[in-house]
Amino acid sequence: MSTSATQVLFDAPGPKGRRRILLLSVLSVVVILALLAAALWQFQSNGQLDPGKWIVYLRVDYLAFLWQGLWGTLKVTALAAVVAFPLGLLLALARLSRLRVLSALAAVWIEFYRGIPMLLVVYAFLLALPAFGVTFPRFWMLVIPMILVSSATTAEVFRAGINAVDRGQHEAAAAIGLSRRDAMVSVVLPQAVRLVLPSLILALVTLLKDSTLGYVVSYNELQFQGKTLVSITRYLVQTYLVVSVIYIVINFLLTRVALALDARMKARAAAS
Amino acid sequence: MDAIRENIPLLLQGIGTTVALTVLGYVFALVVGTVMAVARVSPIPPLRWAATVYVEIFRNIPLLSLLILIAFGLPDVGLRLPYFWCGVLGLTLSSAAFVCENVRSGINTVPVGHAEAARSIGLGFFGTLRFVVLPQAFRSMVQPLVNVFIGTVIGSALCSAIAVQEVTWVTQTLNIRYAQAVLMFLIAGAAYLVLSLGGAALGGVIERAVSPGSGRDRSRAGSALDVTAGAQA
Repeated sequence: MSTSATQVLFDAPGPKGRRRILLLSVLSVVVILALLAAALWQFQSNGQLDPGKWIVYLRVDYLAFLWQGLWGTLKVTALAAVVAFPLGLLLALARLSRLRVLSALAAVWIEFYRGIPMLLVVYAFLLALPAFGVTFPRFWMLVIPMILVSSATTAEVFRAGINAVDRGQHEAAAAIGLSRRDAMVSVVLPQAVRLVLPSLILALVTLLKDSTLGYVVSYNELQFQGKTLVSITRYLVQTYLVVSVIYIVINFLLTRVALALDARMKARAAAS
Repeated sequence: MDAIRENIPLLLQGIGTTVALTVLGYVFALVVGTVMAVARVSPIPPLRWAATVYVEIFRNIPLLSLLILIAFGLPDVGLRLPYFWCGVLGLTLSSAAFVCENVRSGINTVPVGHAEAARSIGLGFFGTLRFVVLPQAFRSMVQPLVNVFIGTVIGSALCSAIAVQEVTWVTQTLNIRYAQAVLMFLIAGAAYLVLSLGGAALGGVIERAVSPGSGRDRSRAGSALDVTAGAQA
């Protein structure tokens, strides 16, 4: 059983300590409730707690409209992930290659797409490329920038994973006569991929957050659906809150999965 | 090139706004995030719970959704901020959640014995944190905090979607006027690359200053496997 620094920052409290903690707990609960009450009052005094504005989200047609957006989000994210992750792996391998040129090219790609905002790439596709006669459908104007940027970040994740595989594995593979390429494919990569699985799920979360840029390209993902809904109903704060909550829930669940996977892997590593 | 020559003040203003958004957002995020981290490790359950809720909300909400909510949703409830401060608020709230988790991870890297030793010489909760734990935690926090900074730089671009006149907005406006998309893209890209690569370099300098001879793979790639802090868009 291991303890961390956070668990010994304070002793098991004695009577005076317990009283102080109780007092501060009550105080903080009061402050938190006061803040919540102030927020609700602010909503109420501007007429935003009117049930009519909130109950619409239980209507089937509103839900179907939002679901259409969510489906767009999931489609875009899934496609981007399926293309970007293997591409990231290739980039990582290129970065680690002994061919200087290949390694340098991969490094340039990775550092470039990690250093600029995805929005800029989206604008390039939206506004710059049409000037050269290349116009993509809205769907691809969102997905391709997502793939480009995500490939760079997942390349770094894979590189970290490959580097995290114990040196001994490389040496053992060489000792039984595997070429560098065979060693990589048969010995190192399977272990590296298993190591980076939680980080890949987090990369999926990042892709999901990036998909909100459909708002800018007018592709029917969830954020843009919210914008359309607002232009119809004029319920700004309600719509945007509902949309945000949906994103929070999905990302929360995905992050939980990643953390659980990570914990299980660490437990297995500690036990072996 | 006319596009640049005739609009140098506007471009500089845009770059200045980007830098201001990033720096203000990051500095406030450091403060709020550290406070949240202290709340998360404190012995007071309601504070721990409130900080956890905060982190879960602002770690998982997409930055664009948050910015749109602040800039276009809050006026409905009477809170109308200038768009620049909406951007700063959004960047602060979002980055603070990641700073909090990174500080907490950093606190966890300090060996337990140090905290126990601090307790044994009578340092209280805040004393332990301030004199023993946080200074040592800082050494392992530098790289993740640099990544949060770069995330803030990238995030500041999204503020152009809520009409903040930072460099992305300026270059796209100029693009519409002059139809010189590639040039504008290069300018904006250069600005962001300078900020993010410069931030990474500065972080490297700071890290070498606080942990000489650390030899571990503490590059940006090394911390890419750390899952606990979550993914910053």
